[in-house]
Amino acid sequence: MYQIIEKEALVPNIIYLKINAPNIGRAAHPGQFVIIRVDETGERTPMGLAGWDEDEGTIDIVFYVLGTSTMKLGTLKEGDYIMNLVGPLGTPTEIENFGTVICACGCFGIGPAMARIKALKEAGNRVITVVEGRSREFIFWEDKMKANSDELHVLTGSGGCGELGWTNDFIKRRLKEGKDVDRIFVHGCPFMMMECSKASEPYGVKTTVSLTPLMVDGTGMCGACRVEVGGETKFACVDGPDFDGHEVNWETLVLRLRQFIPQEDRSHMLWERENWHKLVEVSPRAFNPTLGRMEGEKVEKKSRRAVIVNDADRCTKMPRPPQDLSHQPRTLTMQRGAI
Amino acid sequence: MPKQSPEERRRNFLEVALGYSEEQAIEEANRCLECKKPRCMEGCPVGVDIPHFIKAIREGEMWNAVRTIKSKNSLPGICGRVCPQEVQCESRCVLGKKGAPLAIGRLERFAADWEARCGLLKKCASDPDAENEDAPSAKVQPPTGKKVAVVGAGPAGLTCAADLALRGHKVTIFEALHDAGGVLIYGIPEFRLPKKIVRSEVDYVKTLGVNFELDAVVGRLVQVDELLKTGFDAVFLGIGAGAPRFLNIPGENLNGVYSANEYLTRVNLMKAYKFPKYDTPIRQGRKVAVVGGGNVAMDAARCAVRLGADEVHVVYRRSEAEMPARLEEIENAKEEGVIFDFLTNPTRFVADDRGRVAGMEVVNMVLGEPDDSGRRRPVADLGSEHVMDVDTVIIAVGTTPNPLLPANTPGLETTRWGTLVVDDDGRTTREGVWAGGDITTGGATVISAMGAGKKAAEDIDRWLREDGSWNR
Ligand SMILES: Cc1cc2nc3c(=O)[nH]c(=O)nc-3n(C[C@H](O)[C@H](O)[C@H](O)COP(=O)(O)OP(=O)(O)OC[C@H]3O[C@@H](n4cnc5c(N)ncnc54)[C@H](O)[C@@H]3O)c2cc1C
Ligand code: FES
Repeated sequence: MYQIIEKEALVPNIIYLKINAPNIGRAAHPGQFVIIRVDETGERTPMGLAGWDEDEGTIDIVFYVLGTSTMKLGTLKEGDYIMNLVGPLGTPTEIENFGTVICACGCFGIGPAMARIKALKEAGNRVITVVEGRSREFIFWEDKMKANSDELHVLTGSGGCGELGWTNDFIKRRLKEGKDVDRIFVHGCPFMMMECSKASEPYGVKTTVSLTPLMVDGTGMCGACRVEVGGETKFACVDGPDFDGHEVNWETLVLRLRQFIPQEDRSHMLWERENWHKLVEVSPRAFNPTLGRMEGEKVEKKSRRAVIVNDADRCTKMPRPPQDLSHQPRTLTMQRGAI
Repeated sequence: MPKQSPEERRRNFLEVALGYSEEQAIEEANRCLECKKPRCMEGCPVGVDIPHFIKAIREGEMWNAVRTIKSKNSLPGICGRVCPQEVQCESRCVLGKKGAPLAIGRLERFAADWEARCGLLKKCASDPDAENEDAPSAKVQPPTGKKVAVVGAGPAGLTCAADLALRGHKVTIFEALHDAGGVLIYGIPEFRLPKKIVRSEVDYVKTLGVNFELDAVVGRLVQVDELLKTGFDAVFLGIGAGAPRFLNIPGENLNGVYSANEYLTRVNLMKAYKFPKYDTPIRQGRKVAVVGGGNVAMDAARCAVRLGADEVHVVYRRSEAEMPARLEEIENAKEEGVIFDFLTNPTRFVADDRGRVAGMEVVNMVLGEPDDSGRRRPVADLGSEHVMDVDTVIIAVGTTPNPLLPANTPGLETTRWGTLVVDDDGRTTREGVWAGGDITTGGATVISAMGAGKKAAEDIDRWLREDGSWNR
């Protein structure tokens, strides 16, 4: 059993947890992940490592509340326990002094990106961090990123604050201007990672993406996590999760990520029916009014689901998730923020 | 032995074979001829004293039967259910020359179940040797002060750990998954080996003083080198051959194409058959094809039947005679309505417009000259390709050793198949490190893995006591 030491709702729908896991921090490297099984009936869910503290014996994760597993995890409180936590898993990425690197991130990807930014900075790189969000409300850890980067650029789709646009626009602009960039790292939703990879491809700058397919064991035993990279099948949990973004078959990745949507939806609805009170109980804390970014929103009065759907609509312009197979889109449309 | 009827068991995950009653067991045991020179024991990879335990059963001294088996085999409830006795002990039985050999496996299962019913042997009043409440059924020797790390809680690791603990060593098992048992817990389905039995046999190993570290992936969380440096005197690797093999044909990454490991892990370890009570989903359509002809393929096909498929095909490239699966399981599968397509091999998968598998193109095969394994090699009959209408495919064409640990452990030599190089006692090329089970043989059997664990335990014990040199 692993105890939750600290919990914070960073932005709508994204939660941070510090968990007691004494041995994992000692062995962890940037780019690695853990697998969590919340309780006896839970799934095994992979989560990127956002940080760790060897002395304290803790690890940090940041996740997007999306289905049953993440809802269950999101409704735990400080002091509660998680049943299983295994890691660190995955092959650590090479961290060396590349020269100038761009770290692009957004959404839950800001979590694991933070571990990478720190390590790259420590290795002596000139780190340009570029972070995106649909609007300013979705951006967190600006201070932390700033403290560890040589440049920080905040881009928003709404253009309300910071620069207008997305991380891929930034990458394209930089490379077009002929500025020296030796390496690019991207953490975020598949669409964003794909767009960033496309932006850098014409300029031949190696772009490392951190893939997040479905997983079961996380040790190379089942093949649930298979992805196509450079025409070959790879197991993301052991061969990755970091891969060359120019070689990834994005369509297969997204199709495989979505293969259980009808089941996931059903499970999610049933869980919520029985546990709605947990959602209402956490919402005032989960939305952390002290952040000051939620003014005007009467979150306490809404059910968590209502808020989530509202956020999801705003964030991804996605219709409500399809509830059975017949509503599933016939052709694959990839969008920003959709998983 | 009584079984659930096919119509009934097609709809549940309860155990198919129901086991002997006490009367039935004694009746079966009475068939034993008590040969002067019994040959059955030669067929047992762990050397259980079969004549002795059979005699105990026929005399109604069940505790004695259990004790006899357990002095050689710590997991009798499991072996009695899944061992291929027909090619081991029972194949040597003299009775088999004229009719059915003595059902040694079923009697072993009976003894183990009898013990489970009575609680652990120590609590059984009829056991005259039970000295005190806490003593486990086999005697643990005084502590030696030596520590051994066992990696992997499959049959090889559990046996090695139990044997070392009995010899007085302090043992810690490191297991990657959240539950102990290896293939017994994630692969073999509930209806063939109830998880309750695996748990109770794992609990027995715990009573011997073995410490379990679950969620611990050696090679990631901790390295073998670190184990040796931080106080373990020896390491045993029982990490199995867990990496799934695929066919490497077009369309294999479509949704609806699973490796048998993924399919069975979802169903058994994660209990997807109880979805949505359990959160892990499995998606299965109406027409399922399982590719392969071994026990794994039978297990997957029979799970698919129970999950409600209309039609389940086992697609195998050779003929029925070459099928490696146990006869009993093939018969069970047939009774449950599984359709066998022999001499058929997939060539590619066809997708629908949502990226799901909608068909499997197969080619007919003909048997040619015998190959290395002595079986006739199947050759494709080009031009006979046709598409089978399926919406779920399970690939069960074998597994290979998982390279994760060997790749992270300097000095461990592997063969070109990825298995670890070991000598007769299970010593690897790395001082202080032993290995056994599927990691050294490739996918084999529960009992051979246990035999290897046992042999290594003897050698580790000798090495720890004598402090002998590594290279002999
Ligand atoms: C579906 C199926 C059905 C079968 N049916 C039968 C049958 O009826 N009869 C029969 O005799 N045999 C059967 N077998 C074969 C039999 O199960 C295996 O031969 C046997 O389990 C091998 O035992 P093992 O201890 O070597 O490995 P495993 O049982 O594979 O156990 C290895 C364990 O090590 C763990 N591990 C791996 N790597 C690491 C690591 N780096 N760190 C920590 N832990 C690690 C794994 O998680 C696993 O728990 C079947 C196999 C399958 C897959
Ligand atoms: S998650 Fe099972 S092999 Fe990667």
